[in-house]
Amino acid sequence: MPKSLYGFILRHSKREQITLLLLAAVSYPFLYYSYDLPKLIINHLKDVAVHVKDGSLGSYPAHVVQGVSLNAHHYLFMLCAIFLALTLINGGFKFYINVFKGRLGERMLRRLRYELYVRILRFPLPHFKKMSSGETIPMITSEVEPMGGFIGDAFVQPIYQGGLLIVPLVFILVQDPILGAAALAFYPVQIYVIPRIQKRVNQLAKRRVQTVRSLADRIGETIAGIQDVHAHDTSARERADFSHRLGTIYKIRYDIYQLKFLAKFLNNSINQLTPFLFYSIGGYLVFQGRVDIGALVAVIAAQKDLAGPWKELLDYYQQKEDIRIKYEQVIGQFQPPDLVDIKVLDDDPPEGVRLQGDYALSNVTLTEGGAVKFLDGVSFTAPLTEKVAIVGDGTSGKDELPLVLARLLAPTGGSIMVGGQNAVQLPESVTGRRIAYVSHAAHMLGTSVRDNLYYSLKHRPLREPELDEAGKHERERVKLWAIQSGNTPYDILADWIDYQAAGVAGPDELEQKALKLLDLVGMDDDIYHMGLRGRIDPARRADLAEAILKARAALKERLISDPSLAALVEPFDANKYNENASLAENLLFGTPTGGAFADDALATNKYVLQVLDKAGLTNDLIVMGRKVAETMVELFSGLPPGHQFFEQFSFISSDDLPEFQALVTRVADVEPAAMSADDRARLLSLPFKLINARHRLGLIDEAFEKRILEARKLFAAELPESLRGSIEFFDANAYNAASTLQDNILFGKLAYGQAEGQARIGDLVSEVLATLDLRGKVMQAGLDFQVGVGGSRLSSSQRQKLGIARCLMKNPDIMIVNQATSSMDGQTQSRILNGLMETFRSGGLIWALHRASLARPFDRILVMQGGRVIEQGRYEELDKPGTAFHAMLKDE
Amino acid sequence: MSINEEVDALRRIPLFSNLEPSKLKLLAFTSERLTYAKGQTIFRQGDMGDAAYIVLDGQADVMIGATDNQRKVATIGKHSILGEIAVLCDVPRTATVVAVDKLVALKISKDLFLRMVKEFPQMAVEIMRELARRLDRTNQQLAALSKQS
Repeated sequence: MPKSLYGFILRHSKREQITLLLLAAVSYPFLYYSYDLPKLIINHLKDVAVHVKDGSLGSYPAHVVQGVSLNAHHYLFMLCAIFLALTLINGGFKFYINVFKGRLGERMLRRLRYELYVRILRFPLPHFKKMSSGETIPMITSEVEPMGGFIGDAFVQPIYQGGLLIVPLVFILVQDPILGAAALAFYPVQIYVIPRIQKRVNQLAKRRVQTVRSLADRIGETIAGIQDVHAHDTSARERADFSHRLGTIYKIRYDIYQLKFLAKFLNNSINQLTPFLFYSIGGYLVFQGRVDIGALVAVIAAQKDLAGPWKELLDYYQQKEDIRIKYEQVIGQFQPPDLVDIKVLDDDPPEGVRLQGDYALSNVTLTEGGAVKFLDGVSFTAPLTEKVAIVGDGTSGKDELPLVLARLLAPTGGSIMVGGQNAVQLPESVTGRRIAYVSHAAHMLGTSVRDNLYYSLKHRPLREPELDEAGKHERERVKLWAIQSGNTPYDILADWIDYQAAGVAGPDELEQKALKLLDLVGMDDDIYHMGLRGRIDPARRADLAEAILKARAALKERLISDPSLAALVEPFDANKYNENASLAENLLFGTPTGGAFADDALATNKYVLQVLDKAGLTNDLIVMGRKVAETMVELFSGLPPGHQFFEQFSFISSDDLPEFQALVTRVADVEPAAMSADDRARLLSLPFKLINARHRLGLIDEAFEKRILEARKLFAAELPESLRGSIEFFDANAYNAASTLQDNILFGKLAYGQAEGQARIGDLVSEVLATLDLRGKVMQAGLDFQVGVGGSRLSSSQRQKLGIARCLMKNPDIMIVNQATSSMDGQTQSRILNGLMETFRSGGLIWALHRASLARPFDRILVMQGGRVIEQGRYEELDKPGTAFHAMLKDE
Repeated sequence: MSINEEVDALRRIPLFSNLEPSKLKLLAFTSERLTYAKGQTIFRQGDMGDAAYIVLDGQADVMIGATDNQRKVATIGKHSILGEIAVLCDVPRTATVVAVDKLVALKISKDLFLRMVKEFPQMAVEIMRELARRLDRTNQQLAALSKQS
């Protein structure tokens, strides 16, 4: 990447820059004549004016243009028409040039961002220890942003604006050299002073960039270390630190403003002096008869146009310096030594490549900054199919050796041969597909379990997405744009999944494979429960929706046949009030989708109010709301604000409680009809949350339930078309897309207050699904569980399991496990260990173990200490008194 | 079944009898009301206790001994409290309790109970009094026993 901004611009946009310059050059003659015309017009008017005074307009000599004789009027109109045409042409040029520049700038910005991002992908891993994402992210996002605008301007702006400046200047000089000299008089002063001021601004700007960057880094650090900030009560210090940094930025910016506006002030003052010279000197010259009035007017008009381009030129100069510094500072951060060759990332693998033969390490050393030796002369040769355990303590090199073996870290000395090839030179398309590496902190994408599992199969776009004609056309355009900006032409919307690498024929088999692997790593139950808690789109998964309806029927039968189970679920029944559902659910008899009928919006929804009015329920519900409010105020007003009980149990948040306290006293004896609209709305919102069986407030009696049922019928019958999509009604014969699979199977509410009800129903549901052979299907749905940012919705042991399963998806020749089961319990660990031993019976398995005692089933154990392999051999060979391995076993 | 019934039951328990009605109501409102079928176990001897139970309806057998050698030591009924020691300190259950017939109980979780005590010191004082009374009673019984022997 060029070190200077202009180098970068020239390398990637030379042609466009030349085009811009040509465009500017072509536009100048038009510009010149648009200055000259006013002179012609005014002189013509002056001549005509003489004839008008004499009353001899008729004898005014005709102008002959192209053989056509024109009288005074026609000549004037012709000149004006030409003037108008020239103005339009000049405007047209400006428009075209600006659009061209804008597009060029955006394209270059895109290229720059892309190249910086690719750089990150090419950084050697140890470099990430030194860089902070807080500083790096704003470099690619915000810091380079103004560069796009500038790049379009880089060459054409000084030349174009210079031309705009020179054309009127030349025009003025042609009219009269003295006037010209007056126009030029002050430029030398400006040209001397302004760069001096700018130089100081530049230094400040450089500091500003660095300070803002470190500010971003600070914020990132605070977020990452927030627990410790609170744990040590250091928030005051953090605030002071932050304020200090802001103060520094403030000071820098303040200085910059002062200097910038000083430059502007000088510039404006000087510009104002020039007209003074024109009026005085120009007027004198008119008296002398050296200049005619028309020329003076035209010169003054032209002079006005000097200020614009001059200002633009100054701005350009200031901006250029600013951008130049930014570019150099950004690029400087993206030039680490040992940048990975782009070929390593780009090269496709040789056809049908497999890793076979031996791992041969000879004298492998890994140091950092020359001081810390992580690996110190590691040498061993082992067949790639061997099962190798690496044991040792935290500083033994046990953490680093697997990274070197997976070719994620390049050794600083010595050599690693894999199957006779130098590992350092292998492209990632070989190492990243034939070797699988998983650490204890496998990274999870913030999408579904499925996406996380398939991630290891997405190396290249393999199948174009299916597009219609218009879509294909659009795709071609997008691709062309990408290529023009030096971006990758690969389409993210294509199908990237390499089924062949996974050893399957298509999506269905791949899903089966994923489920099998999840079973292997002991995550089958988790996925099953994720599936039960998940939602599906019945239009896309019609088979599953239908199967779930069968399960619903089967469960119903079981409940009917066993009264002890029947008490656990209260099914939805269109003609019955459900005691275990909220009043809102009972009224709607469905699941709200979207906001219209959400709990909080219900009391203000126009249609709901209309239905309640029609059913004559509004005032009764308000009275009920008043009772709820009274109860809540009574129960919760003794608690401090923000107490956990509010969130867990109260219908009213602690923030709203004081308001409701006042409300309850205010409306204590007021008829609902006489309350203010606001009070009514507030009270009405409360009873919707009432669940009879849970809250036991005894506010809803049987008669009232009957009336709610009537309102329910009304609600469904008159629901306008526009709200049809806001609710999924409970229908015993239809799948409810807005509910979870489990709720669809239950088709009812878990009864409150049944001891161990949830567990018993969970077992029952599992049983029903097992008899219908649906467990697999539910697990398929579980693959769509969203894992949250960085897998935050998974436990750390679930993340580790997924990380291992993801490795297995791609059928690697060698699997390298770096303490990746550390969060799991012993039983799960041995289950996974056995599973992997079985899977890699004919492949290679290298495992850095966090406990030496797990090493028993391995073919070879490498015992590490201080970066060296101090012992190696089979478990039985090493487990003898006097060996380091034996000591380790004893320590555990 | 309304919450007032539960408040009424709570008030009959000496541990709670002196508390303000509004606190009892909060305790009732925030607690779960559970129904047990005949023969269902409420808690098991040796398990760590996480809740106290107040019997609202029905009867329960209190059993002591290993699973295969259980011995019924008492039957308790409506308005009695079960496992209250567990919510005050971390000790394993000293007995197994099984529902004789259908049983309804209010489950007061340890967490909930302790939070209430923290919020309303009056409750703590009342509980202290009740515990002191029990201690005194035990002391007297011990004294009587030692005199006998």
